Amino acid sequence: MSGGFLSLEGVRKEFNGAVAVDTFNLDVAPGEFVSFLGPSGCGKTTTLRMVAGFEQPSSGKISLAGEDVTYTKPNERNIGMVFQSYALFPNMTVGDNIGFGLKVRKEESAARKERVAELLELIHLPDKGSSYPYELSGGQQQRVALARALAIRPQLLLLDEPLSALDAKIRDELRNEIRRIQRQLNITTIYVTHDQEEALALSDRIVVMSKGKMEQVGEPFEIYNNPATGFVASFVGQLNRLPATVVDGAGGRLEVGGTAVRTTSTVETAPGAQVSLMLRPEELTLDESEENVIHGTVESVTFLGSIVRVQIAVNGGRLTADLFNERLLKLPVAGDPISVSFPAHACWVMV
Amino acid sequence: MGGARRPPRRLVGNWVGVVPFFVFAGLFLIGPTLILAYRSLEGADGSLTLDNYRAITSPLVIQAYGASIRLSLVTALIGGLVGFGLAWAISMGGLGKSIRSGTSTFSGVASNFAGVPLAAAFIFTLGRIGAITSLFEFLGVDLYATGFSLYSFWGLTIVYLYFQIPLMVLVILPALDGLKRDWREAAENLGATTGQYWRHIAFPVLLPSVLGTMILLFGNAFGAHATAYALTGGSIPLATLLIGQQISGDVLNNPGLGYAIAMGMVFIMAGSILIYSLLQRRSERWLR
Amino acid sequence: MVAVTISTAPIQAAAEAPAPVELQKKNRLGAWIVFGLVAIYFLLPLAATFWWSLRALKDQYTLEAYRRLFADSNFLPAFTQSLVNAAVAILLSLLIIMPTAYWVTLRMPRLRPVIEFITLLPFVIPGVVLVFGLIRLYSRPPLVLTHTYDSSRILLVCAYAALSFPYMYRAVDNGLRAMDVRSLTEAAQSLGASWPTILRRVIFPNLRVALLSGALLTFAIVIGELTIALFLAQKTFGPYMAELTRSKVYEPSAMAIVAFAITWAAMGMIALITRPRKEK
Repeated sequence: MSGGFLSLEGVRKEFNGAVAVDTFNLDVAPGEFVSFLGPSGCGKTTTLRMVAGFEQPSSGKISLAGEDVTYTKPNERNIGMVFQSYALFPNMTVGDNIGFGLKVRKEESAARKERVAELLELIHLPDKGSSYPYELSGGQQQRVALARALAIRPQLLLLDEPLSALDAKIRDELRNEIRRIQRQLNITTIYVTHDQEEALALSDRIVVMSKGKMEQVGEPFEIYNNPATGFVASFVGQLNRLPATVVDGAGGRLEVGGTAVRTTSTVETAPGAQVSLMLRPEELTLDESEENVIHGTVESVTFLGSIVRVQIAVNGGRLTADLFNERLLKLPVAGDPISVSFPAHACWVMV
Repeated sequence: MGGARRPPRRLVGNWVGVVPFFVFAGLFLIGPTLILAYRSLEGADGSLTLDNYRAITSPLVIQAYGASIRLSLVTALIGGLVGFGLAWAISMGGLGKSIRSGTSTFSGVASNFAGVPLAAAFIFTLGRIGAITSLFEFLGVDLYATGFSLYSFWGLTIVYLYFQIPLMVLVILPALDGLKRDWREAAENLGATTGQYWRHIAFPVLLPSVLGTMILLFGNAFGAHATAYALTGGSIPLATLLIGQQISGDVLNNPGLGYAIAMGMVFIMAGSILIYSLLQRRSERWLR
Repeated sequence: MVAVTISTAPIQAAAEAPAPVELQKKNRLGAWIVFGLVAIYFLLPLAATFWWSLRALKDQYTLEAYRRLFADSNFLPAFTQSLVNAAVAILLSLLIIMPTAYWVTLRMPRLRPVIEFITLLPFVIPGVVLVFGLIRLYSRPPLVLTHTYDSSRILLVCAYAALSFPYMYRAVDNGLRAMDVRSLTEAAQSLGASWPTILRRVIFPNLRVALLSGALLTFAIVIGELTIALFLAQKTFGPYMAELTRSKVYEPSAMAIVAFAITWAAMGMIALITRPRKEK
């Protein structure tokens, strides 16, 4: 199943003067899995709905496989969509639901039956064909919804927060299922979610959005380790942020709460300027082995299973450090003095 | 919330709060019905018999019941269709929230307006000197010469619709709201036109609700007395009017028959309410 | 005759389905046509009646019909009787339904289906059949209530209370559910409140809207009721209106408009008080 080449140029959407999506530009390669990630109200669902045809852009152009589909009706776009609420037709069996798109396209009943069986196999529910949606669990219903969207051999697959309504465990299973099927069929996919773990695990590329604007587009590793804006840095993953003063911008030297710190990210501002130093919790070690060392006092220790989270009060703020659990680990005690260290490349500066 | 059951000695205390309800219902709802049931099974000599029910086939009764059934069916059908159309228009027709709430409130008013005021209003509209009749006269048409009369079957139908249509609107609106927007979008996404969406999804899902409500409308019209009485004074044969006449004096020359036809009405109403609740439950499963 | 409630739940905004623009326009045109035609059907009788009510004096528009109506020596007594009947019926219904609904919710949930079935009985027993049974049941010993005007009146009011059960029960039940009565009661108990206090300070204030809706609905049903009042020979507003329709020419139109206005006031108030509140 070859995917279309999807292109959004300058797509913008306004509702009554309020801007919901501001100048969205994106080119999606065939077979690519792209996530739109952001908090509620950031415009990710609105953008998806414009691609699907349920909203019309106020300006801009959407093309699919070279064709301009900006104003095409949603029932003429040959795009498959999976909804957060499953949206299975309650009066039809699972089989009829899956075959509905084909029925509408007047495909022959024999061909339809074959295709439905094929898809039931794909989603691992081969004997649920004559069940009704209300007899299925949430996870099963969502799989049927996926099958239904794929039955019509769409050029593009859209998923609108498909896992939000499901329990955590089912969510993990289904997440992997979706990716497996997507890879198997090599279908171009847009996936909308507010869960950064989902986006990181599934996507070839992520578009991080906030308040209608695209904050950053890139591969998961990039987004996490080289966030372009403060928003992306704090939305994706845990983040430590400490106030710092520039000592030598070009050399990356700062002063943080009285301690000298060197970072490989250089700054253009003059000495004395106030900036923020960003650190990821998992890159901190609780000793003095790395280049930069900050002293502080243990505030609290939370044992999360595989991760031990230590909150440390330092001059100028607070640091959260994540350590991997070890059988022989001696947990720090609240109130004890402690040293935190990190290499120069593990931190960066935000103005 | 499970947990240990309270020890039985509180059983009496548990019932105290609901006793007034049962006593009251027994005295003023169940009791009267039971006495009618009992008397309907009483023969002329005081023995238990079904003769009264057999006597229902007398022409007077058949005429009245037949007319009532016909009237109820027609008003249920027309009221159901028009009511559905109106409910669709105000909930999905894009007419705005104020139209919807205004129509909703008006429907509540209109369905309670039945009885003397409604009859009077229609007399002033379509009666022999009613405003519309006069309007037709002004345009050169003698309405009553064409055979139309407010005091006939079709006249009564027109009046009954005034409370049947609102009842349909009020009951079917929640069902229409229950049609999830997602279904329409999913259907569109899969290539369906609006017509196909309605044919394959919306109508089938709504059918139990619509049917059930039409049956409710049937029962509603069947048991209506005040409007027909106020309009015709009892001159048209209708089941409720017949029972009314039986109360005032034994017009059937058979008291037992009077009780039997009253019970007959109860059975028909009970049947319609039963079918209605069954269909409601089925539709609730889909429209949850 | 089924008198209907407006659902006591706030009107859910029907989700605006964003259909493509031209289809929306076609839809809307069709909707306006349907709405318009039906509106004509419903407004015409009201307009015609209103027009008639202004024509009591030849060739001029006056409120003479209304004046005559209110001046009619039988109007006020009949209306007052109905008002009093309604008030007593409402009170009776409240006093019976409130504890029942509370009890069923808190202490005997197994009784719920039985109670709900009984509250459906007024839909199964038409008014004319009910009054038939009432008369037969209470015209002979041991309990004779049909031989005097006042005792029949008691019967009437009790019948009205019973007929209001479906609406009163549904309103109170919805109200209790909305306020999660079990949690509130347990919280109050854990804070040391006694039963009367709980009823007075916790339950009743939160039920005010529901009780008011039920009361207004009962009022609308009782005020113009004809069938039962007629056969119990009561001189209430319903039979008065029927008599007026037969005897006078212009006054009935004023009466119909007045009756409509009263019903509209009652329903409008219900819609007003059940509107979703800003604070939740």
